[in-house]
Order: sequence, then C-alpha cells, then structure tokens
Amino acid sequence: MNDLVKDWSSDVSTFKIRWSKAMMWIFLISDTFIFGTFLISYMAIRLTVVDSWPDTSQVFALHIGGTEVPLLLIAIMTFILISSSGTMAIAVNAANKKDKKKSGLFMLLTIIGGIAFVSMQAFEWTKLIIDEGIRPWGNDFGSQQFGSFFFMITGFHGLHVLIGVIYLSIVSKRLLAGRYERIDDYQIVEVAGLYWHFVDLVWVFIFAFFYLW
Amino acid sequence: MIEEKFFKHPSFFPKTKPDKSHPIKLYLFAWLALFILSAMSYYVDYINLEGLIRWFLITILALMKAGLIVSVFMHLAWERVALIFTILLPPIFLILMLAIFANEGNAINVIRTTFN
Repeated sequence: MNDLVKDWSSDVSTFKIRWSKAMMWIFLISDTFIFGTFLISYMAIRLTVVDSWPDTSQVFALHIGGTEVPLLLIAIMTFILISSSGTMAIAVNAANKKDKKKSGLFMLLTIIGGIAFVSMQAFEWTKLIIDEGIRPWGNDFGSQQFGSFFFMITGFHGLHVLIGVIYLSIVSKRLLAGRYERIDDYQIVEVAGLYWHFVDLVWVFIFAFFYLW
Repeated sequence: MIEEKFFKHPSFFPKTKPDKSHPIKLYLFAWLALFILSAMSYYVDYINLEGLIRWFLITILALMKAGLIVSVFMHLAWERVALIFTILLPPIFLILMLAIFANEGNAINVIRTTFN
C-alpha cells in the first residue's frame, strides 16, 4: 500500500514498467470490457427468452464409435489452449534469461497450439452450420437467439486467437532472426505473452459460461 | 545505433527491481493445476450436476483458473501495487453491469411469461 501511494504521488511516472507493457495492459483492459459486455448481453438475453435455451452438451456432442460424448471437442480445445499458454509462459521465462533458441522453440509450439485451436473451431463451426443447421437467426434445438450469441462470442474469440497466431509468428521470426539479441532487449516476447495469456483467459470464461452453464 | 540508446534510456525503467526469474517448476505447476481445474469443470458437466451446485462449481472453477492465469502466467502477482490496482479495479464496473442486466433480464422474462 505504501508503494501504491509513492507511485501515484511523487512527481514521476506512475508505472515503473516499459511503455510497451503498459500499453498492452491498457489494451487488455479494454478487451476485457468488450468480452465482458458480450457475455453480459448473452446472460441478459438468455434470461429474457421464454422458450428453453439449447442444451449445449447435446448441441456440441461428438459421435465417436456410436456413443455420444458431450462437449468432447470443446474439452480438447480447452486443453490445447491451456497448453499453448503454458508453453508461452516458458517461452517468456526463457526470453527473460535471454535464451533465444529455447524461447523461439516454445513460441513455435505455442503457434502450433493456436493453429490447432483455430482449425478445431473451424471444424466445429462447419459441423454446426452444415450438419445441425444452426443459424444466427434460428436453430432446431430451442431458443432462436442461441446462434447469434454463439457465432458472435466464439467468432470474436477465434479472431483473437488468429491475430495472436499472426502476432506471435512475427515476434518469433524476429526473435529467431536475432533482432532482440542485437538490441539486448527481449521485452516484446513478454508483451506478446500477455496477449496470448489473455486469449486463454477469455476462453476460460467462454467455456464456463457459454458451453457449461 | 539510435534504437539502442532509446531502449536503454533510464527513464524507461526507473528504479525497477531486477526482474525476478522464476523457476520453470512454477509454470509447470500452474499448467498442471489449470489442467486439473479444467478437467474438474468438464466433469461437472459430464456427471450432469444440475441447479445451484452446478452453477456454483462452474463459476468457482472458472474464477480459480482465471486467477492462476492472471497471477502466474501474466505475472501480475509480482507487479507493483499501482499496476495491479489499475488492472483489477476497472472490471468492477462489469460486476455492476452484470447486476443491472440480471435484474432487467428477469423483469423482461416475468413480463413475457405473464402476457404470453
């Protein structure tokens, strides 16, 4: 608490971090509000509808060998995204120790995880749109508003993952090309890591409140 | 190289504590914990828990996972208090918004069921 008062009072810059990290945090706060309002509007509409909300474990079930496993694909996607977050944390850790090779390797693993996640989401969307006929304006499972919220929320999250993959590709390319070694500054890896962990963080809430609730 | 001088200027990191490097073990532990918590929340759905206990477990597990990601993976636990407050206080407005729209949604639902 003493630190807080000192940081805000004396006539110096408040945040004792680099601008790139501070700006990424500010961006992530604003993104929190975007996803927060998405999820809250989803809650509000789900409360208002009179007909029953589609049973997600039925809608997202996968048929494997004749048995229906509820939410299997979503569970696998969750584990992939968590794992990619874990590899990103190790990449940031290695970057702090200025270990270029290890950091680059784990960033590439993270990128592979991200691509796998987006691919599985594309598969999920295809299955839902073509096989189960879910549209933003209607579906056969229950409340008509389900589709618009599903495509809006998961689509926006998928877009974030896709942008994250592109972002990490650029950073890892520069890292492996020795750009950060030259300026002896690996901060960008940490900033990119913040973005990636945030994407994982948002998925935690989407998984809990959209798929499981 | 001008870029180098720019990055290394002391005004960019005045009086910071040296960046504490954490052992990989910590991240692996957080990773494992996230796996277990995810498996638990999936299990809640798998065994078809219903009603209050389901909502309670899902929310608690999600908040625990979020806490782990933000504090360990995003390193917020080791940042200065000024930054922690700047990041964690604004989302309080989301809770306020949640309360307002929960109330509103329920009211609309009551009207719709009454006059349907």
